[in-house]
Amino acid sequence: MSEISKDLHTEHMVINMGPSHPVTHGTVKFLATLDGETIVDLDVEIGYLHRGFEKMCENSTWQQVIPYTDRLNYVSPLINNTGYALAVEKLLGIDVPERCKYLRVIACELSRLSDHLTNVAAAGLELGAFTAFLYFVEARELVWDLIESLCGARVTVNYVRIGGLKNDLPERFEEKVRHVFKEVRRLWVDVDKLLTKNRIFIDRVRGVGAISAEEAIAYGFTGPCLRACGVPYDVRKAQPYLVYDRMDFEVPIGETGDNYDKYLVRMEEIQQSMRIVEQALAQMPDGPINVRLPQVRMEPKEKIYSRIDSLIYHFKTVVEGIKPPPGEVYLAVEGGNGELGFYLVSDGSGKPYKCRVRPPCFALTAAMPRLVKGRLLADIVPTFDMINMIGGECDR
Amino acid sequence: MDASVTLKKLTEKFPDAIVGTHNYRGDDTAIVKKEKIRDICLFLRDDPDLLYNFMMDLTVVDYLGRDPRFEVVYHLYSLPHNRRVRIKALVPESDLTIDSVVSVWVAADWFEREAYDMYGVVFAGHPNLRRILLYEGFEGHPLRKDYPLKKRQPLIGPVN
Repeated sequence: MSEISKDLHTEHMVINMGPSHPVTHGTVKFLATLDGETIVDLDVEIGYLHRGFEKMCENSTWQQVIPYTDRLNYVSPLINNTGYALAVEKLLGIDVPERCKYLRVIACELSRLSDHLTNVAAAGLELGAFTAFLYFVEARELVWDLIESLCGARVTVNYVRIGGLKNDLPERFEEKVRHVFKEVRRLWVDVDKLLTKNRIFIDRVRGVGAISAEEAIAYGFTGPCLRACGVPYDVRKAQPYLVYDRMDFEVPIGETGDNYDKYLVRMEEIQQSMRIVEQALAQMPDGPINVRLPQVRMEPKEKIYSRIDSLIYHFKTVVEGIKPPPGEVYLAVEGGNGELGFYLVSDGSGKPYKCRVRPPCFALTAAMPRLVKGRLLADIVPTFDMINMIGGECDR
Repeated sequence: MDASVTLKKLTEKFPDAIVGTHNYRGDDTAIVKKEKIRDICLFLRDDPDLLYNFMMDLTVVDYLGRDPRFEVVYHLYSLPHNRRVRIKALVPESDLTIDSVVSVWVAADWFEREAYDMYGVVFAGHPNLRRILLYEGFEGHPLRKDYPLKKRQPLIGPVN
């Protein structure tokens, strides 16, 4: 054998995947240097979806940033909305009413559901499990129907406001949630049966893309990918925001950090998110959903049309924007992929001086070469799936 | 208000390198001189009372018209102590280099590339400092405050 291979003239081959490739469901380009089918080196090129998010924010008022945050992680836009609103509220030093906090928790968890459902569905699809994909996309449609009834849109939701929310729950929302979750749980069981003990699926994902906990931390992993390595770090537990400290939920962790563990962690988090929504609906008190600060949150239209002071505040917040005091804050929430941080700097004017997003999948995508080096070319597919890179968030 | 453990230890260890500290809205912040940034980061990572093992974020803020003009902002998180800190290193326009912290946290690799891409701050010792979100051939650094919002860039790629 060695005698033969000595004479064989082999040289490395460079293969280009992307930026538009069926398995890179985010516009990203891989330059893989191959030795046969083994990956010797991988170069990841991102930036194809760069739209200058920060520059746009610096030239918009504080409220005008919210629709832009929808387009960061467009699979879980409500979490981005909430994270940004919470950061601005921290900068302003205000607290929102109880009912608003519960509603935001419900919104965030519905978004997380849609994020994980999409991720597992796409991972199944790209490994040939088309049925699992159809089942979970059906579940996601049902969750999106809920989100649509809540805020009128399915993807670009624009629901959370600084100091409140766009609107309260629609009529018979709890009933709809009960119906949808029953269906989602049924579909979850089906997908679980299709994938979790499926020999073909396991062969493709188990042991692939594994990383130790120490290394994952050094790479800045957060979210399901870090928890799959056995590190129980979840912003909702470590530094609870909103009312997560009152919710009873578990943080699933894996052992080896390979793609199979990432899949299992996401499957379990789907269940936990549904639990949180049910608890939040049960505990939610009545009351207002907006802070009563006319210089932050617009008053109802009837008041604006009938009272001069409301009209003045309305005019000033729309034309000049709300004006947080000069200062800087960093606030992190648990996004679909991990820690989603907002670093805001205010100079006291109506526009952010700096509006930085810490995208969780940026750090994850940066570790792609580490995860696949020495593996086969085909292992890029499941590994990149489980990273769940979202172009809108990674490239901003 | 008492200075937090992190800020107290930092000021004790590097009395000359710390320009100031504050605790606005509960976020511990230390403003430091850029020369010592690598030592400070190593200390923050390895001291048993601090153990900042996560580098969560790295970005730059451009305070146009102020000297020093730029601030490189590090957001660190300590998993064992469940604590956060923000380190801000002052970088003047006349000397845009600062030591890279890739050897401290490998996560800094792409974040530093992005900071270089957007602001033109040069990270000395970075293994692969090139543009990441924008393309080679892009002129200028778009997140600087003096970069015009609607500036056009030359077209690249094959001519049709």
